[in-house]
Amino acid sequence: MTLTKRVIPCIDVDLDDDGNPAVYTGVNFEDLEYTGDPVEMAKRYNEAGADEFVFLDITASADGRETMLDTVSAVADEVFIPLTVGGGIRTKADVKETLRAGADKVSINSGAIANPDLIDEGARAFGNQCIVISVDARRRFDENGEHYVDVDGESCWFECTVKGGREGTGLDVVEWAREAESRGAGELFVNSIDADGTKDGYDIPLTKAVCDNVTTPVIASSGCGSPDDMYDVFTDAGADAALAASIFHFDEYSVEECKRRLDERGIPMRR
Amino acid sequence: MSQQSASADRTDAAVADVVVVDYGLGNLRSVTRGLERAGAAVTITDDVDAISSADGVVLPGVGAFGEGMENAGPFRDTLREVAESDTPLFGICLGMQMLLTSSEEAEKAGQGDAKGLDLIPGTNERFATDLTVPHMGWNELDVQREHPIVDGVDGEHAYFVHSYYAVPDDEHAVVATTDYGHDFASVVANEDGTVFGTQFHPEKSGETGLRILRNFVDLCVDG
Repeated sequence: MTLTKRVIPCIDVDLDDDGNPAVYTGVNFEDLEYTGDPVEMAKRYNEAGADEFVFLDITASADGRETMLDTVSAVADEVFIPLTVGGGIRTKADVKETLRAGADKVSINSGAIANPDLIDEGARAFGNQCIVISVDARRRFDENGEHYVDVDGESCWFECTVKGGREGTGLDVVEWAREAESRGAGELFVNSIDADGTKDGYDIPLTKAVCDNVTTPVIASSGCGSPDDMYDVFTDAGADAALAASIFHFDEYSVEECKRRLDERGIPMRR
Repeated sequence: MSQQSASADRTDAAVADVVVVDYGLGNLRSVTRGLERAGAAVTITDDVDAISSADGVVLPGVGAFGEGMENAGPFRDTLREVAESDTPLFGICLGMQMLLTSSEEAEKAGQGDAKGLDLIPGTNERFATDLTVPHMGWNELDVQREHPIVDGVDGEHAYFVHSYYAVPDDEHAVVATTDYGHDFASVVANEDGTVFGTQFHPEKSGETGLRILRNFVDLCVDG
């Protein structure tokens, strides 16, 4: 089988003080730093060999949404690789307008937790392949979970959170992933609140727990500090794709360099 | 539905008038931009006269075979006429599957009477259940025989999203294969070579995909 593993840069897009879309990147959990123009960054990553591109709208405002969709279109017109767009998608109409703007897939997070039928409706209307369910997982060591794994000798489950990890939902990530898959999700996008911003590597137990329990492709996210972290999440957890932001945005590693290192270590890569 | 016209990016080359058949599917933006980048003047249309008079016709597609054929029903005769002329007809993804005679997908959905365009005799089968389906991601093209559409792309990667694949009756119809559990036809063409299709999305396949779109536009200009 020669299906390659995918390396995916992700940009968080907000409006700057003048109301123009701009990429912001979190630095050590604190301030967001201005990182660049979304279209220019998409072009750069495309040229560097990115396998897909993820665009997250973090404006969370109705005014911002129009501008964001125009930016999605501008990116889609320049970048001839698959484009996933997420952020604030809550209704079938949101899905439709995002796809119309030029997205190939939409990433839905809390909108699907609030209304799981959105997954079924979206998959039926637009196809499973374009419905990506995104979770913000947090490690929990209490008795309230359904699916436990061993993490450093302790029994741990993973909870779906909303509002950037500030609010728990009580929902077990593995159970939710199974449900999302059975409802028609075409891909699962797994973020870790614990690993986010650490650059200590992906949350392997979390990613592996999801990969072991679904057949849908899994995109691992949060915590990437180097191509070796990508290697680990591909081989130890079974992820299909590895997403990263700051290592690319701050030029610590280029997409090209990551793919070359992974290729050298025997991971099938698109050239 | 109205027609949308757009001008070409590659203004120095001879421009081909290409139509993208609009049979009610969502996102035609990427394929349109990709064709423009490849030098075509593109019209998205559901008008049979516009389809008949074009230099080249693209049949896009995302979704299920039965619905696709139902929606494409009004264009069946026109598309068959295009196929009989020398005008290139290019099916993409579901659009390629629709060039064949039938599909297991429609049979499973109780739409066994949903007939394809039958321009390349054969059927479409589902991947085995032990594989992750859909087959989604970048996979390699292994060119099996010469055809202008695959010039310069042997061994390159293309972007696939599909659960069914074409099984032409005539092995010669297979232009390129890709390995997913087994080798399947990822590019097919008819006897004359003017009707062809790719299972992958050239408009999402980076430089390799743009090369294929340029190959197509060159065919439209020559035709």
